[in-house]
Amino acid sequence: MQIIKDRQIVEDNWLHLDDEAELVVGDVTVSITRWQAEHETLVKHNGGLGLRLSGSDPLEEIIPDLASFSLIVLIFPVFVDGRCYSFARLLRDRYGYEGEIRAQGDILYDQLFYMTQCGINSFEMANIGNITEVMSAFDDFSESYQATVLKPEPLYRRR
Amino acid sequence: MYQYDQYDQTMIDQRVTQYRDQTRRFLAGELTADQFRPLRLMNGLYIQIHAPMLRVAIPYGLMSSKQVRKIADISRRYDKGYVHFTTRQNFQLNWPALETVPDILAELASVQMHAIQSSGNCIRNTTSDQLAGVNASEIEDPRPWCEIIRQWSTFHPEFAYLPRKFKIAVIGNHDDRAATKLHDIGLHLVKNHEGEIGFEVLVGGGLGRTPIIGQQIRPFLEKKDLLSYLEAILRVYNRLGRRDNKYKARIKITVREHGIDHIRELVEAEWVQIREQLKLDEKEIDRVKQCFTEPDYDLAAVSDKSFDQMQVEDATFSRWVKQNTVDHKITGYKVAYISLKSPQSPPGDVSAEQLDIIADLADEFSLGEVRSTHDQNLVLTDVKQGDLYALWLHLEADNLATANINTLTDMICCPGLDFCSLANATSIPLAKEINERFDDLDYLYDLGDIKIKMSGCMNGCAHQSVGHIGILGVDKKGEEWYQFTLGGSSEADASLGLRLGRAIPKDQVVNTVATLLDVFKECRQDDEAFLATVRRVGIDPFKERVYADN
Repeated sequence: MQIIKDRQIVEDNWLHLDDEAELVVGDVTVSITRWQAEHETLVKHNGGLGLRLSGSDPLEEIIPDLASFSLIVLIFPVFVDGRCYSFARLLRDRYGYEGEIRAQGDILYDQLFYMTQCGINSFEMANIGNITEVMSAFDDFSESYQATVLKPEPLYRRR
Repeated sequence: MYQYDQYDQTMIDQRVTQYRDQTRRFLAGELTADQFRPLRLMNGLYIQIHAPMLRVAIPYGLMSSKQVRKIADISRRYDKGYVHFTTRQNFQLNWPALETVPDILAELASVQMHAIQSSGNCIRNTTSDQLAGVNASEIEDPRPWCEIIRQWSTFHPEFAYLPRKFKIAVIGNHDDRAATKLHDIGLHLVKNHEGEIGFEVLVGGGLGRTPIIGQQIRPFLEKKDLLSYLEAILRVYNRLGRRDNKYKARIKITVREHGIDHIRELVEAEWVQIREQLKLDEKEIDRVKQCFTEPDYDLAAVSDKSFDQMQVEDATFSRWVKQNTVDHKITGYKVAYISLKSPQSPPGDVSAEQLDIIADLADEFSLGEVRSTHDQNLVLTDVKQGDLYALWLHLEADNLATANINTLTDMICCPGLDFCSLANATSIPLAKEINERFDDLDYLYDLGDIKIKMSGCMNGCAHQSVGHIGILGVDKKGEEWYQFTLGGSSEADASLGLRLGRAIPKDQVVNTVATLLDVFKECRQDDEAFLATVRRVGIDPFKERVYADN
């Protein structure tokens, strides 16, 4: 499927494996439950490994394992659930995660700017829709007051 | 007051462009009503019974005369020529057309105003004391801190989709005129044993269906740590707050369910991690404080004796001075309240014509600024005593001099069933009835300070649970009934009112108020205030009489 990654539309081949689904060769993501249960097998997996997190998952438990994942998928079941904005910031700011952080689920164009500021760099939406509009949403604002992943100094230090 | 630089202005202008596009997409059918809802809410736009309602932020209640004129102009051109001031120092337009809202926002942006953070599950407009900077007992002026919080909280990317709305209030002295104990976060500027000024931080206060008084999470926070500590609280709440039930999603419930000690541990652990990163520089604190420096007061103002003379000559003026003005930190100046509680209009409402007059009066008599209050009135904070008579004559001529501040008829009242889609019962017509019944000012003055707060539903926008007399409209099989509470307070001695008994039918509400006042007068010792009497004698004497009558 097509996703937006680093402000480009790209073809994406990651497979999001259910907890019961058979492990296959190639790039796959798993839930935190599966990661914790099958940790030993998964580290030997032939292909890229990604982790799916939702806002109720215990983020801190997987921090020691971050190096195992080249992708972290943050799940937004409904667009009003803002927990994963904090996850993204913590992953980038506190835990120094440099791999891909992807938002998946119910995402509005108007959230792309905030999500990007929090450190999310790819977006997997059911329907990308109007490409010109979606791309322009990244530039809704040219400045922000806060220290963010993109501009680590708050505006008051840059004024 | 704070003046936007190019950064502030650019962000506000870009927000207008963004919202214009969102509105266009909604009207073109590209966004569903559900998708558009949070977007319009984040721009202050609700859909009410008759029409949309646009709530505009007035950061910590401070307006320039130019802004007041713009508000008047907008209400004339885009609405019905009046606006409504709210308990959070904001104002509302009750009849704007949805498709004109982007134009209204553009007009507001032209005078450094916006409707951001006036609704939605984000950090709302920060409120404060209307006497900030002008009252003698102040430890420090809270306004620069409110502005620093305004900037930090505006478009905070991590906290735009919180479990529920989040309100912060800041005060700089012990008298609490901003209901800080009933906010998600209350900040009090305090002095510690070493004489340093910092913040006492309260968390978990709130009204609505489950009123709770905020608890102290930190007795003293250094000023430079303000933003890191706020960010730590917000991050803990964003992760932990309940998202399964909107009635249990406010931080007051998070604190109640987990306990203040556990919340404190989580916040402090988070804070340690981000404290250095978000430390406020002296340079920034100074930059903002420069916008709130003390004006050049005329120290000779005190020598004007016409003020004393006019009070002797004109009893109506004298009454207004006594009731509607308070002392200023500079002798010779006074703070003048403009009552928006005249019997002729709903509490908090003011017409475009009146706003224009108020703007002119601010320019002529009060350094060009007007403030809105938590009690839904307006204030001119810097009036020379010698100008008060001239000011009063103007106010009197335009129905803005009702001398009822802090009296029974200075009610806080929500729009109720007349406007609001959530309401179960009306409140404005009852406020009018109360106003008409108790129109004898001498009787009101004799009763002293009484705060009636009346909400049309349990969401409690008018804060009935902290009214000295709280009146809550409830629906009983399609009829409007009213539940009374007594003994609440939103001030430094904050308390929740106790329920008087079963609900009272609409036609008995005003009589019930009268009965409560009769009992008060019988139980009162000397000049005791209503609240003090209720606290001393309890609610039983009131209860017995009210239900004996009913």
